Amino acid sequence: MKQQHPEETIDQGRRAWFGLAAGVTAAVAAPGVVLHLADAAPAVGTEGVPVTAAARWGLLIDTNKCLEGCRDCVDACARENGLDRQTKPAAQSSAAWADQRAVWLRKAKLADNLTGRVTNLPLMCQHCEHPPCVDVCPTGASFKRADGIVVVDRHVCIGCRYCMMACPYQARSFIHEAVHDQLTGVPRGKGCVESCNLCVSRRDHGLASTACVDACTAAGHGAIVFGDMKDPASPISLALKAMSSRQLREDLALNTGVRYAGL
Amino acid sequence: MVSGLIPTRAGLILLGLCCALVAQCVLAGDGQCYVRPGSRAAALDDCVAPTAFMRRNHMELIKHQRDATVHQGIRGTRDSLAGCIDCHVSRAADGQPVAVNEKHQFCSACHAFAAVKVDCFDCHAAVPRGAPLSEAAGGMPENDLRRTNQ
Repeated sequence: MKQQHPEETIDQGRRAWFGLAAGVTAAVAAPGVVLHLADAAPAVGTEGVPVTAAARWGLLIDTNKCLEGCRDCVDACARENGLDRQTKPAAQSSAAWADQRAVWLRKAKLADNLTGRVTNLPLMCQHCEHPPCVDVCPTGASFKRADGIVVVDRHVCIGCRYCMMACPYQARSFIHEAVHDQLTGVPRGKGCVESCNLCVSRRDHGLASTACVDACTAAGHGAIVFGDMKDPASPISLALKAMSSRQLREDLALNTGVRYAGL
Repeated sequence: MVSGLIPTRAGLILLGLCCALVAQCVLAGDGQCYVRPGSRAAALDDCVAPTAFMRRNHMELIKHQRDATVHQGIRGTRDSLAGCIDCHVSRAADGQPVAVNEKHQFCSACHAFAAVKVDCFDCHAAVPRGAPLSEAAGGMPENDLRRTNQ
């Protein structure tokens, strides 16, 4: 025998209750939703122009003009980038501190054992076209900007120091201790790697040169030329065309952005 | 059945209203003012965007700008951490700026209330130190200027 179901009736009270609940929910949630829609309006980061590959920044260092004992470029770099603000931890020996303090630019001395000729040169990040530090970075913190400057994004750096081991020029430094008196323009913190960034904020603000170049020029040595290697009319391009220059560790085929004449 | 449901519905509605009331009270707690008297921000009606927006979204603005600056070299835009600090830093009686992450200062006071750790100042200066480069400045600040806030 077929079972007869009782006719289902609509529970109007239930329907009214759902309606009320939906209304209350909307009333509570709506201001937030509306606020967020309104909030989406202010545009961010639309000003300023992203760097492009139209330029490639580089340095040409004439080692014949680089004097023994002169540290003008090193000091200028330290002042510009707040490196002179580092203090030795009380527990650390002077030798360990000399080894571990952050240095972006150092003076190196090259001796030819056959002839006895000694060459002085400033050594910093070479801003390779194919940077080994970028290859090995596990987080993407080490990267090359479109304009060829190799930079560490320290927001992403985990301090593994693979890049320091990969760099053939020992150009990178690690910050071992907490830092407290950074310059506004040059952030620095414990646990991150850093190196020469060709005075990157000067680049972004369109200034003509770097701190080391300014210091070398002001001292009358004029051993360093800075400029855009892709612009055939720039001073560095003209100088590169006029004189013979070399890259350090040419055998690695990194196509460095820092070139040396007189080696 | 119907007679049993009505008190339940009334109870739920009441509960819902209570929740809404509590939520409004929490929002009202947000309304506390953390801007330090004497800072440049204290004289302004609004931040770079309306205050309510900034309270909830300042971290997104800073993070967006940070990536644009580090990777694309975009500087001098409306949003910048240096700009935040420049405007919100208060001055001690001797005129020296007080770090924004010091106790009861602009950043730390609200972050303490919200129980959110602020990591910015592990690396970034918490007072304006050394004028940032700008086209308007036309070059590097003098060395003695960069040393004023040690």
